[in-house]
Amino acid sequence: MTGLLFLIPAALFLGLLGLAAFLWALKSDQFEDLDGAANRILFDDDEPAASHIRSSTKPR
Amino acid sequence: MMPDAAHPLSTPYPDREQPAVYPTPFVARAADGTASLILLVNGIHCGGCVQRIERTLAQTPGVVSARVNMTTKRLAIRWQEQAIDADTIVSALAKLGYPAVPFNVEPALRIDSGERALMRALAVAGFAAANVMLLSVAVWSGAFGNMGPATRNLLQWISALIVLPAAAYAVRPFLNSALAGLKRGEMSMDLPISLAVLLTLGMSLFEAIRGGPHVYFDAAASLLFFLLVGRVLDRQARSRAAAAAENLLVLRGSTATVIDADGQLRPVRVESLETGMTILVTAGGRIPADGIVTMGQSDIDTSLVTGETVPQAVRPGAKVFAGTLNRTGPLTVRIIAAGEGTLLSEIVRLMEAAGQSRARMVRLADRAARIYAPVVHLAAFSTFILWWAVLGTAWQQSLLIAVSVLIITCPCALGLAVPVVQVVASGRLMRRGILLKASDGLERLAIIDTVVFDKTGTLSLGRLQLANSPAVGRGDLALAASMAVASRHPLCQSLVAAMPGTFTLPDVREYPGEGLSAPSAEGELRLGSRAWCGLDDGERQSDDAAGPEIWLARPGRAPVQFLFSDELRPDAKETIDAFKKRGLAVELLSGDRAAVVSATARAVGIDIWRSTCRPADKTARLGELAAQGHKVLMVGDGLNDAPALAAAYVSISPASAADISQASADLVFQGERLGAVVEAWRVAKTARALMMQNFAFTALYNALAVPFAVAGLVTPLLAAIAMSTSSLVVIGNAMRLARGIGWRSP
Repeated sequence: MTGLLFLIPAALFLGLLGLAAFLWALKSDQFEDLDGAANRILFDDDEPAASHIRSSTKPR
Repeated sequence: MMPDAAHPLSTPYPDREQPAVYPTPFVARAADGTASLILLVNGIHCGGCVQRIERTLAQTPGVVSARVNMTTKRLAIRWQEQAIDADTIVSALAKLGYPAVPFNVEPALRIDSGERALMRALAVAGFAAANVMLLSVAVWSGAFGNMGPATRNLLQWISALIVLPAAAYAVRPFLNSALAGLKRGEMSMDLPISLAVLLTLGMSLFEAIRGGPHVYFDAAASLLFFLLVGRVLDRQARSRAAAAAENLLVLRGSTATVIDADGQLRPVRVESLETGMTILVTAGGRIPADGIVTMGQSDIDTSLVTGETVPQAVRPGAKVFAGTLNRTGPLTVRIIAAGEGTLLSEIVRLMEAAGQSRARMVRLADRAARIYAPVVHLAAFSTFILWWAVLGTAWQQSLLIAVSVLIITCPCALGLAVPVVQVVASGRLMRRGILLKASDGLERLAIIDTVVFDKTGTLSLGRLQLANSPAVGRGDLALAASMAVASRHPLCQSLVAAMPGTFTLPDVREYPGEGLSAPSAEGELRLGSRAWCGLDDGERQSDDAAGPEIWLARPGRAPVQFLFSDELRPDAKETIDAFKKRGLAVELLSGDRAAVVSATARAVGIDIWRSTCRPADKTARLGELAAQGHKVLMVGDGLNDAPALAAAYVSISPASAADISQASADLVFQGERLGAVVEAWRVAKTARALMMQNFAFTALYNALAVPFAVAGLVTPLLAAIAMSTSSLVVIGNAMRLARGIGWRSP
């Protein structure tokens, strides 16, 4: 039973980590363009043509 | 996604020219010398398009950043102002094959879907549900084994620590909407949901303090999770439709060219036009405000406003209306009404008046909630009275049983019954190029008994074709077509289409609003109106002529007449037949002349028709039908149909329709086939049947589960299994629509 004392906090911590990751992804516009994201993995530029392009200007 | 050129939302305006819009008025400037702009690029179909646009722009000097959102087809771009300007960027895009227009929907007009808040609530609820389930499984299995009450209580308290804050956060969408409903004096579906969650939490806390077994924290969390999944799906489908609708809104001519007092041309936004300004409207441009022509001659295409297919010739002094299309020559127009004062806004007012009556309709889910909520709350209350007053149980125990009645009646399945079907159905329609705009459009579409069509642009394509080609000699046609090549007039273009591969006659001059002339060995050749070809001017085109005409005059020969008719949609007759075969009444209401309307009605097999209807006549007829108890589907496209579209029980318009008509229609379909209307109707009927099945299942489930709950036999495990199963059954039933089961082919 003492196992519970660290297993439960460990499970909760991992769960919270996942939640935080999702909320961060949501906040940084990663769910704004699901079709585009699916296609972008196929771009094979040697050096990303516009690595400085971030979400500084985001389509509304 | 594969590069699918057939994506239904890729070309909202398949057969309409894009207006020339100057981007400069829409540029936003930042303090650091950069400027930014959001462009709508409708040609984006696949990842390749995205890559080409982004790479090209990234290599353009002066461009700081460019990023495409493929879902909404919008491009956000930022550049150094001293290095490059907006016009250069837009023309570079056009050269690449991607014409772009500034995305300028006012923030007030934009629809905030609140999708993110729902997603956050969903994430929190999901986290809580998953983690608490871990603990609950332990408690359930411990109940059969050797778990001591102390351990069980510890696990319950940990569950409480997780669920209470999470539920307080995730229940807000439901609680807010339930409270808003109560303020209006209505019982919405959210009320039983909120009550069930709050009572579950309250009772579980009470039991945890008491150390009792009836702790349902897991049930509360998974109830919220399931319901939020339904909400998010529903909202996503709607925000996709909203984005498409916004894109349509942007495509209307959003800039105008003003001629200043000193003769300078200056592009301005349409919203900032004022009475008294003089504007230049190029050939092919849309007229942005009501006005009087001061210079120039042209032909005005009023088909979107009046439903009339034949262009109207205008000369200085003629009145022109906002929304009409200038076809052949440049015009200078003095504005006499802009914004609020235009014909357009009058139509909008008529529409708003019509739309108000519709707001009183009650949605299916809310109708179910009105029956469900009182029954369930009454059942729970009588359970409490039964146990406490009649059977003499302690009040805590009685309350517990009463609350378990509330929980097990499962507002979850009921809350999912409609949204899940809705999402699946709108996905299915979207793949067929039909956009569901109103969220309750399907429910209304399913129970129509009358269909009213508009003529121009709805039954017909609004495109003219040569009607009397056998009567006209081939040589005459070839000669006429070789002159017509020089003109943008729609009749001339149809003439050319009737004679493909024609040669071009040299030195053809166009006199906008009158006709064409060309020199030849025999003398002057003329192509144009009766009057232009020197025919008797007193005998104007009589009212019983079946359609527009054009004449060819040659010296020393009899003039030749070319007659035109409006081309019907390829499956117009099949569509009407399909409705009639299923017992629906079909009517035709048109603003066009009687002779034309009756010919069209005969051709497609409609018995009841009315001609020369003004917008108010159309709404009046719909009002008559509604007063007789008919549920009317209106199919129309013109500005003159917009009030009727808003007044009808449910409405559909083609994607080639006027913006305002699309805005007031519940559904919008793409492409030339009118069969989409029948398709939408069939999907709606199936969707409604599935919704009804879901309600029936929920009722059956309740009939079985409630007696157990009233008898006090519900254990936490039983509650969890029963509730999840009922939700899954409802979702599974809705999915049948996606896979096409229960679907009768035409």
